[in-house]
Order: sequence, then C-alpha cells, then structure tokens
Amino acid sequence: MIIRPKYTQVLAVSLLVLATLATLAILVFIIVFVLGKGLPNINAEFLFSNPEDMGRAGGIFPTIVGTVALTLTAICIATPFGVGTAVFLTEYTRESRITRIIRFGADCLAGIPSIIFGLFGFIFFVTYLRMGWSILSGSLTLAFMILPTIIRTSEEAIKSVPYSYREVSFSLGATLWQTVYKVVLPNALPGILTGVMLSVGRSIGETAAIIFTAGSSLRTPHSLFDSVRTMSVHFYILAREGLSNEKAYATATVLIVSILMINLSSYWLMNRFILRKTK
Amino acid sequence: MMKLFSEKSIKKALTVIAFSAIAALLLIVVFIILEGLPFIFKVGISDFLFSSEWEPQMGRFGIFPMIIGSLVVTLGSMIVGIPLALSGAIFLSEFVPRWAMRIIKPTIELLAGIPSVVYGFIGVMVLAPLIRDYLGGPGLSILAASIILGIMILPTILSISIDSLKAVPQSYREGAFALGATHWQTIHMAVLPAAKSGIIAGIILGLGRAIGETMAVIMVTGNAVILPKSPLYSVRTLTANIALEMGYATGMHRQSLFATGVILLIIIMVLNYTATIAIRRRVGKK
Repeated sequence: MIIRPKYTQVLAVSLLVLATLATLAILVFIIVFVLGKGLPNINAEFLFSNPEDMGRAGGIFPTIVGTVALTLTAICIATPFGVGTAVFLTEYTRESRITRIIRFGADCLAGIPSIIFGLFGFIFFVTYLRMGWSILSGSLTLAFMILPTIIRTSEEAIKSVPYSYREVSFSLGATLWQTVYKVVLPNALPGILTGVMLSVGRSIGETAAIIFTAGSSLRTPHSLFDSVRTMSVHFYILAREGLSNEKAYATATVLIVSILMINLSSYWLMNRFILRKTK
Repeated sequence: MMKLFSEKSIKKALTVIAFSAIAALLLIVVFIILEGLPFIFKVGISDFLFSSEWEPQMGRFGIFPMIIGSLVVTLGSMIVGIPLALSGAIFLSEFVPRWAMRIIKPTIELLAGIPSVVYGFIGVMVLAPLIRDYLGGPGLSILAASIILGIMILPTILSISIDSLKAVPQSYREGAFALGATHWQTIHMAVLPAAKSGIIAGIILGLGRAIGETMAVIMVTGNAVILPKSPLYSVRTLTANIALEMGYATGMHRQSLFATGVILLIIIMVLNYTATIAIRRRVGKK
C-alpha cells in the first residue's frame, strides 16, 4: 500500500511534534516534581545546620562544604593540566601522530564510566598511595574525570582566537609564550571558563566516583585529608536507605538548583563569547 | 628563576602536561587490569563470563546474569531514547525557527545536567509504583530502568544529532524540494542519509553512557541476580554489581569486582572505538 506523500508529511510532522513535546514535558515534570516537594522544606536552618540522626533531621551544611571543597580542589588540579594540554595542541605543535594520540586518549578518558573512575580512585589514591577516604583522593579522581572536558573546551576556545592577534603580537617582538600568555589566553578566557563551569556542574552531580574515594563522613572537614560526604552522596544515602524522603527531596532541590544555575551561567558566558567573536 | 620560565623550559613543561590525559588513561586501565585480570584467569574466563551463579561468599563468581542485565537495560534504554531523541532532533533542526531552537536545545541539554541519582530517585518514587500497580511485578524492573536511562541518554543523542543534521548542506534540501518532494520526503530521503554517520556516532555515545550508568540503575533495577524472563523482572547490571558490593568486599570478592570492571572497560572501549571511526568517516566525507 502506498500512502500519499501529503499524508505521510502530516503524519510524520505530528509524530515529531508529539515526541518533542513529550521530551520537554519530561524535563519540566522532573524539575517541577522535585522542586515542588523540596522547596517547602528548604530554609536557612536546613542549609546551615548539621544533620542529626543520620540525616533524618537537621540540615546539610557539612555536605555543602564537602561538595564545594571537593569540586574546587578538583578544578584547581584539572584546569592547569587541561588548559596546558590545549595550549600545547593548538600553539606548540602541528597536527601529527602525537596530537592524534593525545586527542584519542582524551576521548577515551571521556568515555570511561564514573564507576570505573571510582574503582581506580579507590585502588590507586585511597589504597595504593594511602590517602585514605579524603577530599584529596576524591578530588584527584574527579580531576581525572573532568580533564577531557576542560581540554576539549579550552582547545575550541583557543582555536577561535583570530590568528591576526598572534601575528600582531609576534610582530611586536613577543615570544611564543608571551603571545600565548598575554594575547591568546586572555581572549580565550570566557570559552575556557565555560568548560570549567560545565565541569563544576558535572562534579557536583557525581556520585559513583566519589562515594568510594571521598567516603561519606558527615562531619565538616577541616583539611584535605578529611573524609567528606557530598550533597549527591548524601542524597543517594537518604533515598536508598529510606532515611527521610522529605530531606531527600530538599537535598535534591539544592543540588538541582545549584547545577542549573551553574549550567545557565556557562551558557550565558558561551553566548557572550560567541557574540563578541562575531562582532 | 629566569631560566625556569625560558621559552624552552615552558615548551618542555607543556609537552609533559599534554601527556597527562594519556597518562591518566593508562594509569586507570593498568590498575584496573592489574587488580582484575589475575582473578579472571584464576577462576577461568568461561566460568567467570558464562556461569550464572554469583555467590562470592561461597567462592562462586559468575557474572553472566549481570552481563545480560547490562545488555537488556541498555537495549531497553535505546528503544525508549532513540525515537524520542531523533524525532526531537529532526523537528528542532528542520522545522523550528532558529531563535526557538536556541531556547529549546539548551533546555533539553539541561536534562543532561540533572545528576543521575535524581533520575534514579524519580524512577523509584514515580515510575516503579506506576509499573507495579498497572503492569504487575516488583516495579523496580528492566522496564523502569529502560525508561529512566532512555531519558538520561536523550540529550546526548539529541544534541549530537542536531549538530550533524545542521551540517548537511542546504543544497541537498533545495535539490529535493526542486524535485517536488514534500518536507518529510526531503528529510528522510535526502537529509537523514547524509547525516547518518553523525547520528550513529551520537547513538553509540549514548549507548556508552547507558552501559556505564551506575547510580540511577542501582536505584531502579532492583538488583536481583537472576536471568530475566520479561521486562517486568528485576535485574542487576555490571556497574551496579561493582557499586553495590565494593563497600564491604575483601580478598577474592574484591578482585572479582575489579574483574567485572575489566569486562565493563572492554565493552566501553570497543564502543568508543566504533564511535571514533563513525565520526572520522563523517569528517572524512566532508
């Protein structure tokens, strides 16, 4: 049987519209559902007090500190390596076998599931290097995980700096490093920051890689060698062990709102970056 | 001090730094394999892969149910995710004006930012009770996991598909229109074939994400070590197996979890390699 093209057109388009609407509806549902149940339970006391009774009561303050400490440390470790790799790939070499191997390595690293990072972090940092369950082990593991993202976005950002900028700098007698440091990097900064922000978002939401490397202590950490529990690990434990749905929803809300804010600001940054480039 | 920041030493430093990603990758692969491979040989490859008995305390280590679990859940997520993602990508790239796409695409990509634990929680609180009440079974099942994972991989597939659809030259569409094709005919006869390898690369990346996903899967599959007979059965995936027992495993048992990691790593590597080839083919064509 042959259906007239006019009808397949109508049929196909309506299916496409339906599917797109369904996708958007799912997104809206997830966010509204979690925020709807979580927002009423959030107040200053929840954000700034210690959990009591394994998290059944009280707040999530130590987990916020833990999340921030872990994420910041991971970013501080991964950014120099990521940006350095990107600078090397774009400014210091031509396309060659070496650059292809480096890119292949970064792509493979990006594809490794977080539970494998967790296993590795546990056996290497926690056990082999004897760092124990600590912020340091957790953030090193996270740094491994976000490295490919930072390399990729920094590379794109550096590539998009017009070549004429470099020529002007060279013509003024600047060396390669001076050009990179004073001309290329400042101009690529918004693009690089976008990658960093995306990595922050990913780090905040990560659970599997962290639970075996940073542990799940509920105390507020005082040094890099203390074990911490991040918000997502805390949420996982609350939800999985059925400790308190109310607190779980509230924690999920804080988690989602902070990630959405970070991702939105990275979009904003990226758009401004693109706008400025096209001007 | 000046010597330290000379052009030469900076170049050397950058060269060393540039190998950090490769070094990280090798370190991970080597440590997981060192810890897991001897175990596989001790137990025997075929016993480890194809035995259905998983009783670590009794010294029985068969991960066949987990391999099946991972495959079934991933397949299910593809069935849920691909049609939605592809339809969304086609609609957004071909029918929606540019300004609207600039709003809708990031919105859908925000789906990717929601942590996997939150997806898992929604599966437990909303989806599992629905399945239990209307379809029967325990609720925490292959079906629930497929739907949740399908939604999770949707943004990955959608966003890569949009990029490759956008990369199809406008002249292809004009040619098809000039021959009197309807908009839909143009899309499925001219645009989709041209964007195929990019879309496939996106699907493979989504596949990799689905197989590697851990926390959401632990929460919604129910984690029973059995061979499933219907989508309403509970299963345990390879990733869940590692995460569930890592907390208390010691000795042989712990090694067996690293061995599970080795198998997972091999599956992911094969997938990534396929995706890289698919992407390279697309680039080569242009």
